[in-house]
Amino acid sequence: MSALLVLAITAPLLGLVPLLLLGPRTGERAALGMLAVNVAITAGIAERVAQGGRALGYVVGGFAPPLGVGLRADGFSAAMMLMAALVLLFTGLFAMTGPGDMTRKVKARGSAGMPATFFILLLSLACALNLAFLAQDLFTLYVALELLTFAAVPLVCLEGKAGQLSAALTYLLFALFGSVLYLLGVVLIYGLYGTLDIAHLAGLMAQGTGGATAGAALALMSAGLMAKAALFPLHLWLPPAHSGAPPAASAVLSAVVIKAPLFLLVRLWSDLAPLPLTQVAGPVFALCGAAAIVFCGVVALAQERLKLLIAYSTAAQIGYLCLMFPLAASDDGPWSALAWTGGTLHLVSHALSKAAMFLAAGLIAETMGHDRLSGLGGVGRVAPVSVAAFGLGGLSLMGLPPSGGFVAKVMLLTSALQQGAWWIATVVLVGGLLAGGYVLRVVVIALQHPDSDAASGRGLPDARECRWRALIALALAFGAMLVGFMPLAPLPFLDIGRPVTWEGLLP
Amino acid sequence: MSLVFDAVLCLVLLAGALGVVTTGAARPAVIAFIGYGLLLGLAWVRLAAVDVALTEIAIGSGISGVVLLRCVRALPAEPLTPAPNRMLKPLAAVVSITIAAALAAVVLALPEPAPSRAADVAAALPATDLGNPVTGVLLVFRALDTLLEKVVLLLSLVGVWALSRDPACRGRPAPLSPEPAPAPSAFLARVLAPIGVLVGLYLLWAGADHPGGAFQSGAVLAAMGLLLVMGDQIRTPAAESRGLRLLLLAGPFGFLAVGFAGWATAGVFLGYPPGAEKAVIIAVEVAITVSIAVTLGLIVLGPPAGEERP
Repeated sequence: MSALLVLAITAPLLGLVPLLLLGPRTGERAALGMLAVNVAITAGIAERVAQGGRALGYVVGGFAPPLGVGLRADGFSAAMMLMAALVLLFTGLFAMTGPGDMTRKVKARGSAGMPATFFILLLSLACALNLAFLAQDLFTLYVALELLTFAAVPLVCLEGKAGQLSAALTYLLFALFGSVLYLLGVVLIYGLYGTLDIAHLAGLMAQGTGGATAGAALALMSAGLMAKAALFPLHLWLPPAHSGAPPAASAVLSAVVIKAPLFLLVRLWSDLAPLPLTQVAGPVFALCGAAAIVFCGVVALAQERLKLLIAYSTAAQIGYLCLMFPLAASDDGPWSALAWTGGTLHLVSHALSKAAMFLAAGLIAETMGHDRLSGLGGVGRVAPVSVAAFGLGGLSLMGLPPSGGFVAKVMLLTSALQQGAWWIATVVLVGGLLAGGYVLRVVVIALQHPDSDAASGRGLPDARECRWRALIALALAFGAMLVGFMPLAPLPFLDIGRPVTWEGLLP
Repeated sequence: MSLVFDAVLCLVLLAGALGVVTTGAARPAVIAFIGYGLLLGLAWVRLAAVDVALTEIAIGSGISGVVLLRCVRALPAEPLTPAPNRMLKPLAAVVSITIAAALAAVVLALPEPAPSRAADVAAALPATDLGNPVTGVLLVFRALDTLLEKVVLLLSLVGVWALSRDPACRGRPAPLSPEPAPAPSAFLARVLAPIGVLVGLYLLWAGADHPGGAFQSGAVLAAMGLLLVMGDQIRTPAAESRGLRLLLLAGPFGFLAVGFAGWATAGVFLGYPPGAEKAVIIAVEVAITVSIAVTLGLIVLGPPAGEERP
C-alpha cells in the first residue's frame, strides 16, 4: 500500500482552499506550490516503480476490489503522470503574475497573470489526470473523466468572448456525449460481469463469456473516449476550442487533457480486452489515426492563423498513438514492444512540444497583437526566444533528430516495416512531411526580413516578448528534445506491472 | 393489477416523451419535460429503486427544470435561426429509434439473473452500522467516487462563475426576476419554505437507514433557497463572501479531512474510526448536504454580476 497514490489525487485539491478563501496573489502562490508538490509526488511514484520493478497499489477505505476501489501505478501510468505534472507546473509558472506584471503598462498590454479561476481549474486538472492514470475501476475512471471535462471546458471560455463561448459549448456537448457513451458501456459491462475492477474484468473477459455484448460495451466506451480525445472523425470541436483559449489554457488542453482519454483507450484495449478482440479492433483505430494524420495535416497546411494551425496539428498528431494499436497487439515479441514504447514516447514528446508551441504562439500573438500568419513576417526579431521554442517544438512534430518525435516515429516505422504493415509506415512518413510543411512555413515567415512585409504597410511593433515566459516555452521544447536521447529499444520501465493484476498489492 | 398500472405508466411515459419532442414552442416543451421527469420517477419507484426515483425527481426534473425555464426566458421570442430542414426531424426519429432498438437488444441479451455485488454489500454493511445499502456504497465502499463527485459539482459552479464579467468573480448574481415579487410568490415562499426545509432535513436524516440521502436532501434545500429568492424574502448572496465560500468547501473538504483522519483512526485513507462509523458518516452527510444545497442554488442563480458600487 503506497500512500503516495492517494496523495497524487488529493494534494492538488488542497490548493483549492487558499484559492477560494484567500486573496488571488496568495492563492496563486499556493497553487504553484501544490503543482510543484504534485511533480515531487509523481516523481516519487515513478522512482518507486522503477526501483521495485513492480506496480504500486492502494486500496481506498480498506475494502479490496471488487467491493471497494483500488488505485494502481504501473510503469506506463507513472510515466504519463510525471509528464502531465511537469507540463502543468510549467504552464502554471507561465500563467502566474510575473515580476513587473503589476505595473499599469504591462496590464494594458494584457500580459498580466491569469485570474484565480485559471489556477482552480489547473489544480483540478492535476487531480483529474492523476486519477485517470491511477484508477482501476471503470466507474472511478468515469468520475475522472467528468472531473477532467468540468475542469477543461471553462478553460476555453475564461475571457468570455463570444467565439470562445460557442467553442466551449461545442466542446462541452462533445465531451458530455462522450461521457454518456462511456457510461453506457460501463453499465453493460456491469450487467455482464457484476464487477468494474479492471484486473477482475480482464480475467473474466479472457474466458470469452461476454460474446457480442462485451464487444458492444467496449465499442461504446471507445467511441466515448474518442469523442473526448478528439480522434478523427470526432475532432470537429478541437480546433476552435484549443485555438480560441488563452495560451496557457491551450497549452494544457492540447498537451495533457486529451492525453487522458487516449491513455484510457490504450488501457481498455491492451489491459482489459482479450487479445483476439484487440487484434480485430486495432486496424479500425489505426485507420482513424491514419485519416487524422493525413486529413488534419493537410487542413493545418491551409490555415491562416497561427493558433489554428497548431490546433489542427494536435488533431493530426493524436493519430500516431492510434497507429500503435495493431502493431502492439500483434503479439510479435520485440516488435510489438517497440511499437508500444514508440506510441508512449510520442504521447510524452508531443505533450512537451505542443505545450511549448502554444505558449510560444501566445507570446508571439501578444507581441504582435494578432496571430495572422501573413502579418508575422520578421517576428523572429522581436520574439526570438519564442520563435526558437516554436521551431524546436516543431522539430519533434516533424520527427527530425534530435527529438522525442524522431525516436517515437522511428520506433513506429521500424515496427511497422518488420511486421509488414507498409501502409502504416507510409502514413508515418507522410505525416512527418505534412508536419514539416506547416512548421517550416511558420518558421520561414518568422525569419523573413521585416522589410519584405512593407506591402502590408506595417512594420514591427515596439513591444518585445516577455523574456522569462519565453524561456519557459523554450524549456518545454528542450524537454521534448531530451526525450530524443532515449535508446532506440523497447523501454523496460513501460512494461512494469503489466498485465494488470492485484497480486501482491492487496493488504 | 400492478401489471395494468405498469402498462398504463409505460404508455403515459411514451406519450410524455412524444409530447416533449413534438411540442413546437420551447416553454411548453420544458414544462412537458418536467412532467415527464416526474413520471420517470414513478417508474423508478415501480422498479424498487426509490433512491434513484428521488434523485430523478429532485435533479432530473426539479433543478434541471428551473435551469431550462430560465434559459427559455433568456431566449428571444422569435427564433433567430431559420427553421431547420424539414427532413431533420424524421431523420432524428429514425436514428433515435434505431439506437433505442439496439440498446434494447443488448440489454435483453444480458445474463439473467444479473451478476451483482449486492451480496458483498449486504455482507459488509453491518460493519458500517448503516441500514441503507445505497448510502453504504456511496459513503463507505465507494467513498472515493462520492468525494470526487462533490469536487465535480464545485467545479461546475466554478465554470458558471467563470462566465462572470468580473474575472475575480465578485458581486451578487442577478435576481431571478427584475421586477419585485408579486404578493402570491412572497406568500408562497413564506408558507412553503419552512415545510420544504423540514422535508429536506428529513430526507437527510432518513438516508442512513432508508431511501434518501445527501443529494436528494441538498436538492430540496436548494429549491427552498430559490423559492425564498423568488419571493423576495432573501437577497442573492455575494460570491466573494467568505462565509458562502466556506459553505461551498465544507462538503468536499470536510469529507477529505475525514479521509485523511482515517489514516490516524483506521489506518487507511477514507477509513472510518471503528465503533464511531455511523456518527462520522452522518457528520459527513450533513457537510455534503450543505455544500450541495448551496452549490446547486448558486448554479441556478448564475454568474455574479461584478463588484457592487458603494
